[in-house]
Amino acid sequence: MAAADYYQNADRLFARKRLFGFAVPAVILAYLVYVFFAFDILGLAERARMENARVLISDMYSHKVLVTRDNRNGEISYSVEGERKGDYPEGQRPTWVLGEETQTISVDLDGGLVAHFLPGNELRVDVPDFGPVEARMDGRAVVTNLDPNNLPEWVSLSWSRLDVTLPDGRVTFTRNKTEAFNYFIGWELFFFTLSSPYHGHGVFSILFGEQIDPTRSNIAGAWNDFWGNPMWRHSEVAWAIFETLLMAFLGTMGAAIIALPLAFLAAKNFTPLGPIRFAVRRVFDFIRGVDSLIFTIILSRAFGPGVLTGTLAILITDTGTFGKMFSESLENVDKKQIEGIESTGAKTIQRYRFGVIPQVTPIFLSQILFSLESSTRSATIIGATTGGGIGLLLTQAIYTQKDWEEVTYYIILVILLVMLMDQFSGWLRHKLIGKKD
Amino acid sequence: MTDMSTASIQSNYMEMVRRKRLYGGAALSLFALVMVSGFMLADSRNAGGFWQGIPNIFDFPRDVWKDTLPKLDQLPSHFATYFPSLIETINIAAVSTLLGSMLAILLSLFATRGLAKYPALIGPVRRIMDILRAFPEIVIALVLIFILGGGPVPAMIAIAFHTAGSLGKLFSEVNENADLKPIEGLSSVGATWTQRMWLGVIPQVAPNYFSYAILRFEINIRASAILGFVGAGGIGYELKNAMSWGQGKYDDAAAIFILLFATIVVFDQLSSYVRDRLISKGGH
Repeated sequence: MAAADYYQNADRLFARKRLFGFAVPAVILAYLVYVFFAFDILGLAERARMENARVLISDMYSHKVLVTRDNRNGEISYSVEGERKGDYPEGQRPTWVLGEETQTISVDLDGGLVAHFLPGNELRVDVPDFGPVEARMDGRAVVTNLDPNNLPEWVSLSWSRLDVTLPDGRVTFTRNKTEAFNYFIGWELFFFTLSSPYHGHGVFSILFGEQIDPTRSNIAGAWNDFWGNPMWRHSEVAWAIFETLLMAFLGTMGAAIIALPLAFLAAKNFTPLGPIRFAVRRVFDFIRGVDSLIFTIILSRAFGPGVLTGTLAILITDTGTFGKMFSESLENVDKKQIEGIESTGAKTIQRYRFGVIPQVTPIFLSQILFSLESSTRSATIIGATTGGGIGLLLTQAIYTQKDWEEVTYYIILVILLVMLMDQFSGWLRHKLIGKKD
Repeated sequence: MTDMSTASIQSNYMEMVRRKRLYGGAALSLFALVMVSGFMLADSRNAGGFWQGIPNIFDFPRDVWKDTLPKLDQLPSHFATYFPSLIETINIAAVSTLLGSMLAILLSLFATRGLAKYPALIGPVRRIMDILRAFPEIVIALVLIFILGGGPVPAMIAIAFHTAGSLGKLFSEVNENADLKPIEGLSSVGATWTQRMWLGVIPQVAPNYFSYAILRFEINIRASAILGFVGAGGIGYELKNAMSWGQGKYDDAAAIFILLFATIVVFDQLSSYVRDRLISKGGH
């Protein structure tokens, strides 16, 4: 009888576990299906611009050199990334451009793809395995030798614009200008722009070679041109990283200083007075409830955008977190040590100083250092919304939607920064407290 | 004789105390100096100064208050208007926590000594988790917005990646404490790696996983609100719009503030309640 009961019990338990085992994945799956429709994933496939993705990825590791003819005055210019800062100096041009500028120039875009800028604002592009694509302006309209009803997939043609996009390069033709884009691997102007005499020289020839610029010593001149590189703005980037670190450091440390005394007020064993404890705890809850986003908005109204605003936003947010964590650790302190100090006739302050602080210092330090790393990441994010630090540079570069190589560079810097902070705080914790984690 | 040694011990001790105090004092004053000069530097790099700004700190809350007070009766309808976007924000957080923890479980199993299927991959997998953790969500979200357009999906992917990295680390710490005996038992009867993990490890660590995932969910709600502010949908996006309508129309913003605040407080309390229950049930 008893055995049968046990069997029945066991069977029921098994049935319940089996049901549970199927129910949990089923609920998760049902939820994912709901989200699939709620987020309109199917519509996303249509909205997604894979063209953008291609531009982004190719920009990340390569750069383009533009040959532009202004069709109104026939002037031809050469520049890296099509930016003024990347212009070739007067009288210089890439070696893959041939011909007289007043007559015809031929731009060799590799792989047999050659764009000929002909007189009279005409254009001929020799496409391998296809033949020539010819274009000219007739009034305001583009006239080509292509059959508009049977265009190759690499051509986009409209009334006012011809666009030939191939893996080796790209040619566009409008009434105002003719442009040829040639793509190369690498970040060409990372160290020096074309206006610097040190462009194209290796480290060795700068350090040990002949003097390149007669007015400056090699090392000083090269450093000066590198640091002031107008395209990559290394000095500004370094300063931005410093600002981000400053926000994280000041915010975290300031929060710890403010949270420490408040935590005593919120701990049960140090503040027997219920109402005070309740009030302080609700303050902490409130601060953690009002998101850092909202603090950022309020603070930037008062102080304007900048580093201080970011610092204060981190400070306030972290105060709520630290207050909660500190008061929890304070509630777990060992009473005996305090009683021992008290038995020697110590006053309240002395009891805290010698009975409590030594016990909680390692815990607090480890919590502070631990959040230093996450504050670095928050500083990037807050910097992006209030302005300041590497976060601002990053979002600006993303919003311009063309300098993806700079975006890549900043992302790498941010990741290195956060990882370094992680390592550093772990190391410091190890040094100060003598154990890992 | 005894007197002498006591005196020398005392003087030695006092010497040590003095030196310690000196070092402590020096470190403390250095710290104070760094803090003060840091704040002064931050102040000088800001658009508005600290002392000019401090009287204005409640300007914005006051504006919001003034706009909201006469339209108090409209608040419930505002709540109804913005409730769907709040749900979207919570959905973003929930899905990214779910997907992120699934990825984290996989990564953590590959990154734990004694459990990893390919021990040679432990180092690389850990580095991958470090990188995932270091990526600020906002970066991934903004880049994905460029490709996928605005909406919840970029935020979801961005938060899921970060979640995978940070939970992966915590999970692999949990895995390290898992009892290896059930795994040995399973492998002695010829279980495959997947079976060993699914039947031997996961049941042991599931409560801890769940506790960390709940904590992460709470963090992710905040993150998804922030990402909305840069264009990734949800309540953050509505907040940005409401803010841009300017003075006199802040009642919408006030409604969103209240919704956001209530949500965060509710989930904060909920997560600590659930975690307390898990821990007191003997999860660890």
